[in-house]
Amino acid sequence: MNQSDVLQLAGRSYQSRLLVGTGKYKDLEETRLAIEASGAEIVTVAVRRTNIGQNSHEPNLLDVIPPHKYTILPNTAGCYTAEEAVRTCRLARELLDGHKLVKLEVLADEKTLYPNVVETLKATEILVKEGFDIMVYTSDDPIIAKQLENMGCIAVMPLGSLIGSGLGIINPYNLRIIMEQATVPIIVDAGVGTASDAAIAMELGCAGVLMNTAIAKAQHPVLMASAMKKAVEAGRECFLAGRMPKKLYATASSPLEGKFF
Amino acid sequence: MQIQVNGELRHIAEDSTISDLLVLLDVVNRRVAVELNQEIVPKSQHTSTILKQDDVLEVVHAIGGG
Repeated sequence: MNQSDVLQLAGRSYQSRLLVGTGKYKDLEETRLAIEASGAEIVTVAVRRTNIGQNSHEPNLLDVIPPHKYTILPNTAGCYTAEEAVRTCRLARELLDGHKLVKLEVLADEKTLYPNVVETLKATEILVKEGFDIMVYTSDDPIIAKQLENMGCIAVMPLGSLIGSGLGIINPYNLRIIMEQATVPIIVDAGVGTASDAAIAMELGCAGVLMNTAIAKAQHPVLMASAMKKAVEAGRECFLAGRMPKKLYATASSPLEGKFF
Repeated sequence: MQIQVNGELRHIAEDSTISDLLVLLDVVNRRVAVELNQEIVPKSQHTSTILKQDDVLEVVHAIGGG
């Protein structure tokens, strides 16, 4: 693997182009093992009320994925308005000692968890002014993707398909358009279900892939995490290698000369 | 006096600070962030911020999420 093909985000370089979530695991130990197997360096977390009175001696998520070892990417999951998302980002920044990197997601609908792009744009405007480095979850609408980039998001993260659906990359053509016009990293976020989905995203030219359910809800999450690591690497190498063209008719691989029959 | 913490009403002593509250909630050694009446109170101000009647607080932490 070419050591200089790094992912640059907010002034840092990352070897791994696989970003992972920490939700839906059986327990913290499985979370830890899966993240390690994935090779991910950027890990998302959610910000929620502490359970008061319950948890003095329980290990904490950030004990298992310490901020000095991983780049923590707090998300605004569950937010349906710009205001909720902005509050969450401010709390996340305080929680992580001034860390400015956030994953902005503002949802429209509980059934589809589709992004509310109007509220996302509103939140982006406020958060950019407050100095956040925003990696923004959005639809695969190329116009919105470019607008979010122009407003100052450091990465744009269009969905491959609905969050948690495992349907893979349902609109590769939109993703290609988004990527052709982008000057910031485009990271597919949501909908990846299996290794080939991740490879397809990377072959299209994405800068990275973010996934959670694909790993956490596999029969064997740690093994799937390993598969995803390889899939993202394989897809990236394919992209850099430049695939052969598709053709309608055959071209033989063995020479015609020298036949003895 | 009565305040609201994470959506629940609580009684605490007058002139309690945020630090006092965090001790009461047993979250002192946990990584948390505090919002008071929808404004962030940085860690550095926890011992100097005195709570008042009807203050609304959110005490949050990081958990698993995608």
